[in-house]
Amino acid sequence: MAQQATAGRRYLRAFISGFFVAVPVTVTALDRIAYVARVEGASMQVRRYNTSTNQSERENLTMSVRNYQVQRGDIVSVMSPRNPQQKIIKRVIGLEGDFIRTLSYKNRYVRIPDGHFWIEGDHHGHSLDSNSFGPVSVGLLHGRASHIIWPPSRWQRIKPSLPPNRGPLDTEEEEG
Amino acid sequence: MFRRVLGNTLAFVGYTVQYGCMAHCAFEYIGEFVVCSGPSMEPTIVNQDIVFSERMSRHFCKIQKGDIVIAKSSFDPNMNICKRVIGLEGDKICTSAPSDAFKVPKGHVWLEGDNLRNSTDSRSYGPIPYALIRGRVCLKLWPLHSFGTLSESPTRRIIKTQSDSD
Repeated sequence: MAQQATAGRRYLRAFISGFFVAVPVTVTALDRIAYVARVEGASMQVRRYNTSTNQSERENLTMSVRNYQVQRGDIVSVMSPRNPQQKIIKRVIGLEGDFIRTLSYKNRYVRIPDGHFWIEGDHHGHSLDSNSFGPVSVGLLHGRASHIIWPPSRWQRIKPSLPPNRGPLDTEEEEG
Repeated sequence: MFRRVLGNTLAFVGYTVQYGCMAHCAFEYIGEFVVCSGPSMEPTIVNQDIVFSERMSRHFCKIQKGDIVIAKSSFDPNMNICKRVIGLEGDKICTSAPSDAFKVPKGHVWLEGDNLRNSTDSRSYGPIPYALIRGRVCLKLWPLHSFGTLSESPTRRIIKTQSDSD
């Protein structure tokens, strides 16, 4: 009886100590290093998945971005400025200081202010993006999609690529 | 000998990782200590005060009007600002002239400092997204003689409801 009680206590103690190790480590790893997210909706579907992609759910491995370093063409996960509970996944079209020709925004051309970027879905018209709410603050950035891991047939690393004839108007002058 | 050194090193690394992760979780989900600088909240929080900001109400979307919040600056993501929430989404804000009422868009908040004459806030750059808020300031820890909860807004600019904003 006493032996059982000590065994139970030992088991409980081991469980609690393991719990206090495993949960913080897992949460920190998910916050700081990488997490897997399921992508729903059609906004990124057109160009990247030119094959027959009818299913609207994919899983991306999204890496956390430290110090807010993104390039044009990266696919990023951003907290929606309209709804703080929601994350949206879009492609970065322009960084701060760029001139952007917009598609359906109220101004035809926009200069992106400091600390903001311009994000767009690949599927124009089916995407709630910067064309409806304007440039987005970089502080809302949550992560960068680095790999597609599901379905396994499309397992690949995501390379930054801008859609044709999208992008800042004066990139050449800036980078030259 | 070698094995003992290796074992000690591994144990040290393991404990460092474990406590680092615990600290990260505590700071990320419970609260953090912030040293405030700058004059924008002047009568309530003066320069170099240490405050405790809790993260829970931001995660559960419980930020209310009149709360003092720590938010990421929308122009420099590495900089934090400390302001008072004046209006939530859907509120009408009177900015300069009483005639032009500005409606705070969905998912945004209107922040102002308590020191209206010396504060760069939503009056200059507009409403900021709710998701930029990091936490709600709930306790002032330092200096000791003013330890405790924070006082009400001295400027009386909190908008009560949507209707009586004028």
